Amino acid sequence: MGKIENLEAINGEGYQLTTLDKAIGLARANSVWPLPFATSCCGIEFMATMGSSYDLSRFGMERMSFSPRQADLLIVAGTISKKLGPVLKQVYEQMSEPKWVLSVGACASSGGIFDTYSVLQGIDRIIPVDVYVPGCPPRPEQIIDGVMKIHELVKTESLRRRYNDEYKHLMKNYNIDIQDDE
Amino acid sequence: MKVTNTNKTKTAPSFFDSKETIDGDIATINFGPTHPATHGIFQNILKVDGEKILSSEQTVGYIHRAFEKLAERRPYNQIAPITDRLNYCSSPINNMGWHMTVEKLIGAEIPKRVEYMRVIIMELARIADHLICNSVVGVDTGALTSFFYPFNQREKIYELYEEVCGARLTTNIGRIGGFERDFSPEFHAKLKSFLKTFPKEFEEFDSLLARNRIFMDRTKGAGPISSQRALDYSFSGPNLRATGIDYDIRAMKPYSSYEDFDFIIPVGVNGDTYDRFMVRQEEIRQSVRIIEQAYKNLPEGSFKGEVPDFYLPPKEDVYNNMEALIYHFKIVMGETEIPEGEIYHCVEGGNGELGFYLISDGGRSPYRLQFRRPCFIYYQAYPEMITGSSISDAVLTLSSMNIIAGELDA
Amino acid sequence: MMNDSLKITLENALTEKFPSVEFNYSADEPSVVLPAQEIHECIQFLKTNDALCFNYLTLLGAVHYPDRPNAELCMVYHLHSWKHNQRIRVKANLSIESPEIDSITDLFTGANWLERETYDFFGVKFNKHPNLKRILNEESMAYFPMLKEYHLEDETREDKDDRFFGRF
Repeated sequence: MGKIENLEAINGEGYQLTTLDKAIGLARANSVWPLPFATSCCGIEFMATMGSSYDLSRFGMERMSFSPRQADLLIVAGTISKKLGPVLKQVYEQMSEPKWVLSVGACASSGGIFDTYSVLQGIDRIIPVDVYVPGCPPRPEQIIDGVMKIHELVKTESLRRRYNDEYKHLMKNYNIDIQDDE
Repeated sequence: MKVTNTNKTKTAPSFFDSKETIDGDIATINFGPTHPATHGIFQNILKVDGEKILSSEQTVGYIHRAFEKLAERRPYNQIAPITDRLNYCSSPINNMGWHMTVEKLIGAEIPKRVEYMRVIIMELARIADHLICNSVVGVDTGALTSFFYPFNQREKIYELYEEVCGARLTTNIGRIGGFERDFSPEFHAKLKSFLKTFPKEFEEFDSLLARNRIFMDRTKGAGPISSQRALDYSFSGPNLRATGIDYDIRAMKPYSSYEDFDFIIPVGVNGDTYDRFMVRQEEIRQSVRIIEQAYKNLPEGSFKGEVPDFYLPPKEDVYNNMEALIYHFKIVMGETEIPEGEIYHCVEGGNGELGFYLISDGGRSPYRLQFRRPCFIYYQAYPEMITGSSISDAVLTLSSMNIIAGELDA
Repeated sequence: MMNDSLKITLENALTEKFPSVEFNYSADEPSVVLPAQEIHECIQFLKTNDALCFNYLTLLGAVHYPDRPNAELCMVYHLHSWKHNQRIRVKANLSIESPEIDSITDLFTGANWLERETYDFFGVKFNKHPNLKRILNEESMAYFPMLKEYHLEDETREDKDDRFFGRF
């Protein structure tokens, strides 16, 4: 077991007082289940990141979930073409909240070297992205850096973030339907 | 207790052998485009009756990046990074194939040392490609251990690439005319240690799967194709060799001094998944043999040929010599004189005959560049290979055919 | 490049069956130019003839020459004879108004997707093809992108300024 950093807390015999946000953030960040949406060359670098030299499972991401319903983090690695765009959007919509998106590689972030008629110039044209990792393909260390930044976001996210107006406005801009169950 | 060891296992008559179907509806299953077991994005719509597949319909083109149109825009040395991304598991082979095509067009003389260096790099790439394919076949049968060990070996091959060109996966290795620099002392040290340690590590990986009872039962008879049908479909590479036909460009029309090396071309018998796996395993061993021969006999000489129109001159010359400055300017702006012509050159890629059909009209970029992509051509046979088998066999067949999405769609 | 006895056999055999054939030896492989209607028969002859035996289809594709009136699209078939280790290119010129040619899927099953790709990129229609529809691009695409008059980039881009990328 790794060392879990100290929460700002009030400790005593048999109890620890902290805010719910921090405890939940810590639990979520150290057990993110990713969905590797690997299309091309960046997918092979992602497989190398998952391998034993640059182990991703030490960050709690060992269990790759290929079913969107059980995934927290959508890792888009590789070129997304216009033909694949609706598929990606459907996969994103099927994930349940809270969810984050990591865009790995130049092609996913902005179309990369392929400014052609068939390539979508960046996945942020169809889904909201949290962290971009540039590179063609990025080294596994860079992918891990991106994952660390996602962990920072997950740890510090407020529990009410998905219900406030700014988030709803963002989703509306992408034409993504979110259930309003307040 | 006496146990009789029979070579043939007796199996009960299988449902898959019968021609009848169970009474019931035919279900349509969507196998892809995003599926954990398809290593790449392609879709197969299967019509199944129980577990037995009756027919399948394929959709490809989910990563179509328009390489051929892109190549008509770029000057010749800027096309090498595009060729990287065809079969990205063994990108040095694609790069070398492109460089050789342009050298054939301009009629350049390449020193022997460059050819041997190219052979070393290409065979390393072939080992890397086959390692991925075979470890993924293991994963699809449920053997996850066999994924981690070969990937460690791939990291060693990546380190070798980094010594030459600086990149791991999409290498853009070499230049038209040779290499950007000679092999450094670190490269020599790493290659020596690779040649010493890799065979033993590889045999460890091989012992996990090759004669494993469960693996053999699972893969023998999965996704077979006969050699006549494979020829009709214009198969090439390990998939064709697994059916029994020994067609290898390195032997049929040797390029880059392959005729100097002594190696065997392994062939299979049935053309099923087990044969494809074993052919690739043996090709890895033969590749190690070729690298040893090439490294031992590496001739002295220059690491580049005389192609001033394409090969950037050294920086000291550019700053001191007028002619070098002009060449540098012309190469970077893409304004060099290129002869007109029509060339087809092919190399033995990780998947088969990778060809480049180049038509030049004298301009700074090709008039027409068509890639002969082996994956695209042999993936057509997939429905025929899986009709009548179960869905799990379909998954295995797909991963054993080594379909790389970048090469499939270009 | 090609040994002389094979060259003579090829020339004699083809000129006898297809009088309007033209031979061209300027490129690295010999090429044979025929009218589009005779291509299917010629490839069948090259495949089944025992002396020639071009048994392997390597590649097929098209090239667009916009400045050749009535012969804008050139179909190129690359065949390979394993017996003689010799490659050959069979070409046919088609006009852009009616680019039709017979499909060779009954001779080489592997030509199926290659012909679909040629249709997708250039608009060449293959008669008697089992399933002629677009393969790599979306089905709803309205034009044939590899023709020289069309841009590489998407026409609806709004964020890349062409002046900064050397495109005019």
